[in-house]
Parts: sequence; structure tokens; C-alpha cells
Amino acid sequence: MAETLICLGIESTADNLGVGIATSEGEILANVVSVHIPETGGIHPREAARHHSAVMGDVIAEALEKADITAREIDVVAFSQGPGMGPCLRTGATAARAIACRLGVPLVGVNHCVAHIEIGRLTAGAEDPLTLYVSGGNTIVSGFEGGRYRVFGETLDIAVGNMLDVFAREAGLPYPGGPAVERLARRGQRLIRLPYVVKGMDLSFSGLLTAAIRELQSGRWSLEDLCYSLQEHAFAMLGEVTERALAHTEKGELLLTGGVAANMRLRDIIRSIAEEHGAEPKYVPKQYATDNGAMIAWTGLLAYQSGVETPIEESYIDPKWRLDEVEIPWR
Amino acid sequence: MALRLIAKGAEADLWFDPDWNGRKAIIKRRIPKRYRHPEIDRELRRLRTLREAEIIHRAKRGGVPTPVIYQVDPEEATMVMEYIEGRRLRDVVDELSPEERLRIFRLAGRQAGRLHRAGIIHGDLTTSNMILTPSRLVFIDFGLAELSTEEEKRGVDLHLMRRMLQSTHFKYAEELLEAFLEGYREEMGAEADGVFRRMDEIARRGRYVER
Repeated sequence: MAETLICLGIESTADNLGVGIATSEGEILANVVSVHIPETGGIHPREAARHHSAVMGDVIAEALEKADITAREIDVVAFSQGPGMGPCLRTGATAARAIACRLGVPLVGVNHCVAHIEIGRLTAGAEDPLTLYVSGGNTIVSGFEGGRYRVFGETLDIAVGNMLDVFAREAGLPYPGGPAVERLARRGQRLIRLPYVVKGMDLSFSGLLTAAIRELQSGRWSLEDLCYSLQEHAFAMLGEVTERALAHTEKGELLLTGGVAANMRLRDIIRSIAEEHGAEPKYVPKQYATDNGAMIAWTGLLAYQSGVETPIEESYIDPKWRLDEVEIPWR
Repeated sequence: MALRLIAKGAEADLWFDPDWNGRKAIIKRRIPKRYRHPEIDRELRRLRTLREAEIIHRAKRGGVPTPVIYQVDPEEATMVMEYIEGRRLRDVVDELSPEERLRIFRLAGRQAGRLHRAGIIHGDLTTSNMILTPSRLVFIDFGLAELSTEEEKRGVDLHLMRRMLQSTHFKYAEELLEAFLEGYREEMGAEADGVFRRMDEIARRGRYVER
């Protein structure tokens, strides 16, 4: 049997700095996340990057302590190479390069979207799922076909999580916005009609956001009803595209992953669609739903064990790296 | 005689009615989805039924044979239309003579060009959605169709056709595609070249690759 490898993974695509430690057996030894919360407005990439670099040392030290290992025991260093915010990505990449050089171990650049799918497969126990990946930065329906994660549908503008966060902010709701909207939505009763935009297999949320903010400012509705209506429209759109892709691919599992996967109403919808098509619904556990280092460490190991390495001179970050550009040799 | 369920799609059920007021008819009913709010569900099924009927009509005006629509009931999300006596192009390709095959695919390409000229994107342009009768090639299933003149969407339409040829009619994929694109160009003129480039680009992107 091959010896067990240990990988340290750094995630820094947006407002989370995550450091995770995973083994090639699929064990997560540590998963430490430090969140940058802006005082006002949304994520400012430079401010977030400044936060990441300020706490980097502490977060890494804490992860090593939690995993109960020394840095010398690390066999591979992985980092999220994209897609994401340039300054944030660069901070994580710089730290990863430095550690890999210092320890003299290989470096692996990981695609952030692939990592969300892989951690979902590992921790929710899915083999070959159709995946709905929903977060603050991405909204993608994807399935594995012919060596890659193919994109069947995706957002044409903003991500669904971004839409919920911005609305929450406009409504003066506390951070984090998504869960705040969900809490209020549970008490909503009346459906306010908002735009529903599905174009073929793709989705658009920017018009929905604009319309919801306009209704908010009109003062005609309760915030509970608005949150409820916003979720009902956005999630019905997600459901439609997901269902169509599931019918097309005939996958036996339906995996919900990414930060918005924590939303119970969305889980209901996924469960209903899965049941309708004889597929098994799978949900990524909460600690692995939002951006985290464990998913980068685990995906880094999968890649490294299939012979993927990222030489330092080729370890440029790629803020626009698409999910379906990545070869997946481990499947 | 009773209705017979002939197809169950992700969005709609298709029934065959042997005697709808004395005619053979196809009844398409968009089924309610439990997962979405009933009001959103009703509105979507209503609007899409109306839109599909409109697009089928518009295609006809653009010179593309489509089924005659007998009745549209938006509240029930149901559409009754002509039953086309013929066979799916997909199933007859192998039985046609080589000359006939090329002629039909050239015609299919011309009709696809006419659709695009009329501002329609079919959305599921495959040989399963074309019915060959002794006199016509009828385009069916506009359930995913939309109104657009975007080159990208036209490119996707043609790309779907190419994928279908490669996966299902691979024995003659090359020549059939050539005939199809020739027909398309006859209708679209120089505008076709941009769409062809787009089609190639879409294939390279690998974005719409199917099993």
C-alpha cells in the first residue's frame, strides 16, 4: 500500500482565508477559516487580501496545531489558483509558494470550483453526481463527462449568493446576508412577483436583484415577504436548470455544494427534484459548504497523486479560470 | 379510443389522441412542478405554452413547416396540435438513398436558416425533432425555442445539430453536415459564415459537450 500523504491547502479566493490539512486517505485533520468582514459595503479585494496576509501566519499555525503535526510532515502544498479576486488569490499563492520552497515539497495549483465539487463528493459521499454549486461567486450546474466537469448551465451575470448578500445589505440585514434572508423568508407568506430569468440552460440574477431592491425601496411590502419572494424566484430558477440537466445526464446522485448549500429551502427543492428523477440527494456539510482550505488540500492531493504538479514559475493565479478547462485525471 | 402517453419530457407530457374532433392530434401538457411556488409554477407554464404556440406560428410564416395548432389553453398549459403522419428523420436516415439523404439534409439546413432569419432559435435542433413526410420536412418541439438573432445562439443551434450527427449518424456525419451547412448558407447568405465560425468556437470551448 502506498504511504499516506499529507497536504496543506490554502484557500483565498474571496473574503475567507482558509487553511486545511488533509490526508490521501480522505481524512480532514484541520480546517481553519478566518473571515474578513468589511465594515461597510461588499468585499473590497485589496482590503480582504490585506486581512489574509495579516492573519496568514496565525491561521497556518492553528491548522498545524489542530492537525497535531509539524510543518516537516507536510508532503504537498496546494493553493486555490482561481477563479477569484486577484489580490486575494495572490496572497494565498505567495504563502503557498513560500511554504513549498521552504519545505522543499511539491506545489499544486487547484481550481476553486473543482475543489467545491470534490469536497462535496468526499464529505457527502457521492460517486458521480450532477452538482449544483452555488456560492457568493459562482452558480454552476455541472457533471463529469469525458475527463472534465462539464458546465451544463451557469449564471450569465452575478452569482445567486452575491444576489442574496447584496439584497441583505440593502435591507440593512446583519452579516452574513444569505442566512439572514433565509431566516426572514421562513416567516414570509405573500408572493411578490419578481423577474424569473432562465435563458436556455443559463440563469441571470442581476435583474431579479434590481427589481427586489426597487420593491424594497417602495416600502409597500414586509421584509419577510420580500425575502420569501426573492428566495422562491431565485431557487425556482436554480431548480429548473438543475432538473433539466439531471434529466439529460441521468446521473444517480444530485449534489448541492457551495456556501448557499446551507439554505434549507434550497435543500428542499433539490430533494424534490432528486426524488422525481430517482436520484439520491446529497448535501455538503456546513463546514465544507463555504470556502475552506480542506477542499483545496483534498483536491490538491487528488491532483498530485495523478501526477499533477505546478512548478513555481508556472504558478500564476488565474482570476477567470473556468471549471470546464480543468482536466480531471483522477476520475 | 383513449389517449396514449407517447413521451415524457423534463417539462411536458406528450399525448396522442386518435380522435380529437375527428382528427389525429398531439396534446402537449406542461406538468406542474412541486418544487416551485404554485403561483410561479402556474405563470411559467402559462407563458411558455403561449410562447411556444407563438413561435410555432412564426416559424410557419418564415417558411418552415411546423404542426398546425388546433387549440391553446394557457390556464391548463396545454396545446393541441396536428399529428404529423411521417417518420422521425433520425429513424429513416439509414434507409434513404445517398442522393436523397443529401437532399433532405440540405433542406433541413435551409429550414434551419429560415428559422434563424425569422429570429427564432430552436434550442433543440436534432434529427429527432424533424419529421419526414412524403412532401415535407416538418420541424417539431419548440419547447426550448426562443426569439433571438444573436450569433452565439444561432451557433449553439448548429452545434447541437453537429453533435447529433457525430453521435447518432456518425457513418455519414461529414457529408451530412456539409449538406446541412450548405443549405443553411443558401438561406442565410454571407451572414452564415459568422455563425459557422461561432459554431466552431463553441465546439472548441467544450462548453456544450454532451455525452
